[in-house]
Amino acid sequence: MTDRVEAHIEIRDLVVQRGGVSVLEIESLDIPRGLVTVMIGPNGSGKSTLLGALQLVLHPARGTLTLDGEAMDADPVKTRRRMSAAFQEPLLLSMSVQANVELPLRLRGVDRRRRRELAEHWLERFGIAALARRHARQLSGGEAQRVSLARAFASQPEVLLLDEPFSGVDAPTREGLIGDFAEIVSEARPTTVLVTHDRDEALRLGDHAALLIGGGLRQSGPPSEVFDRPVDRAVAEFVGTENIWEGRRSESGVYQAGGVRLASTAKAVALGAPALLCVRPERIVLTREDDGSANQIRATVRAVRPRGPVIRSELASARLRLIADTPLTGWDELSLSVGDEVITRISPADVHVIEDTD
Amino acid sequence: MDLIWDGIREAARLWWSGDGEIIEITLRTLAISAAATALALAIGIPLGAVLALRRFLGRGLIVAAVNTGMGMPPVVVGLLVALILWRTGPLGDLNLIYTPTAMVVAQFLLSLPLVVGFSLASIQSVNPRLIGQMWAMGANRWQVLWLLIRETRLGLLAAVMAGFGAAISEVGASMQVGGNLAGETRVLTTATVLETGRGNFEVAIALSLVLVVLAFIVNLVLTAVQQRRFVT
Repeated sequence: MTDRVEAHIEIRDLVVQRGGVSVLEIESLDIPRGLVTVMIGPNGSGKSTLLGALQLVLHPARGTLTLDGEAMDADPVKTRRRMSAAFQEPLLLSMSVQANVELPLRLRGVDRRRRRELAEHWLERFGIAALARRHARQLSGGEAQRVSLARAFASQPEVLLLDEPFSGVDAPTREGLIGDFAEIVSEARPTTVLVTHDRDEALRLGDHAALLIGGGLRQSGPPSEVFDRPVDRAVAEFVGTENIWEGRRSESGVYQAGGVRLASTAKAVALGAPALLCVRPERIVLTREDDGSANQIRATVRAVRPRGPVIRSELASARLRLIADTPLTGWDELSLSVGDEVITRISPADVHVIEDTD
Repeated sequence: MDLIWDGIREAARLWWSGDGEIIEITLRTLAISAAATALALAIGIPLGAVLALRRFLGRGLIVAAVNTGMGMPPVVVGLLVALILWRTGPLGDLNLIYTPTAMVVAQFLLSLPLVVGFSLASIQSVNPRLIGQMWAMGANRWQVLWLLIRETRLGLLAAVMAGFGAAISEVGASMQVGGNLAGETRVLTTATVLETGRGNFEVAIALSLVLVVLAFIVNLVLTAVQQRRFVT
């Protein structure tokens, strides 16, 4: 994807240290212009450190960061004025909502009339025009986060840096806020870096994804590819690939894992070579009837756990342990209990194969 | 008891009659203490901000010195300034001893640690992530300082009150470096000491009351500003 889209920010040989220890090392990463790049990874993976380096608040031990080909740290204030940031906490100042949204413009010397116009426009866009005169301390968490985002957009930044801006608000508020944000960002199209640990958020908002683990970039590409085609076990585990089976290729497109035969359309490893077979839990279909298609495995239900809109079941077949997420409606039709036998069906296209180098 | 009532009556009489000397002393007191406080704020708030936000070698030593300075006896400061400004002292050529400027310097030195200490405490209480957000919004160094002052205005007004209070109420240093010269360096505190020494208790009480009322009015105004919570 980055090959086709122009890079707005280029990160090269970046090393950030803390107490003499490297906490982030990125050889090369391009942030494409006008797209949303989601930065994902477990806690401590370096996502927020990378955002801090892009904001020029953390000083790299080595490496270069360029914006439109110019070194970002040449004039930090000038660079920061081309960008905006919003964080998990709204971080509003003790002033009215309107004054908060106008503040970045005031810092840039924008005249009062233009400031007011822009602030009113963005407050309106985020559906909080009625709160303009309210003091920042009198807002709910969701309202405050809307103000924070309106403030980030008000200065019409070229680059928007967001550190989990939706994770601090409650679920129903969050849903509405993400919806509005998605619409606004697709219209304004700033180059956006969004740090998140939420898969749905990444898939919904991201045009591009970069996955960090242990301070290093492990995989980047379209979010669906990162989630469905992890490059190694650590990435697979992080992106929620609950089924990672050690196996071997037995013949063309066919693998043996835990005493079970599995077909896959994924790029093959050498015949007899060890492989990790990865299947996302929502890709496993539970059924009562064998329709003769490939990858139908008879399994026994070992445990059942409700998980929001799905039921997560643990199943066993031969030496294979399977985890499946089934939508509530489908689950009700199956009426399964622990100890029942069921057929698990996995499309060969959903069996992702990684060469097992361990 | 009569003595106190006489003093209060004398104070009222002096004020109502518009006694020239009292008004002159009052205005001089205000001018000297306001100048000293303004200087202490101009230097003390940025210094407090630097101590609150930066980590550097010797910072702990400076903070300890500031804390010590907050309780520094005025006579010690007076002695120090007198020694420096004395005709044979290092800055004797400036001929500042026994001038209002010398009193401003002494009161400034007494106010400064209080302003630095209060500023340091209030700026240190700001969420560091909020300061990060200020930089992220594109603020330069001075704009961050301005936003910090704005954000910590409740604490900083306490610094103003403490600084001004220390300046206007001290007497020892003003005596030592000002000399209590009539028409030149006499202020409310030094005049009160003089009149008490002379046994003119009515006048001393009158001067003290003026001092207290003056301090009260200044603090009333500052408190009104401080407590105006929802300013935009």
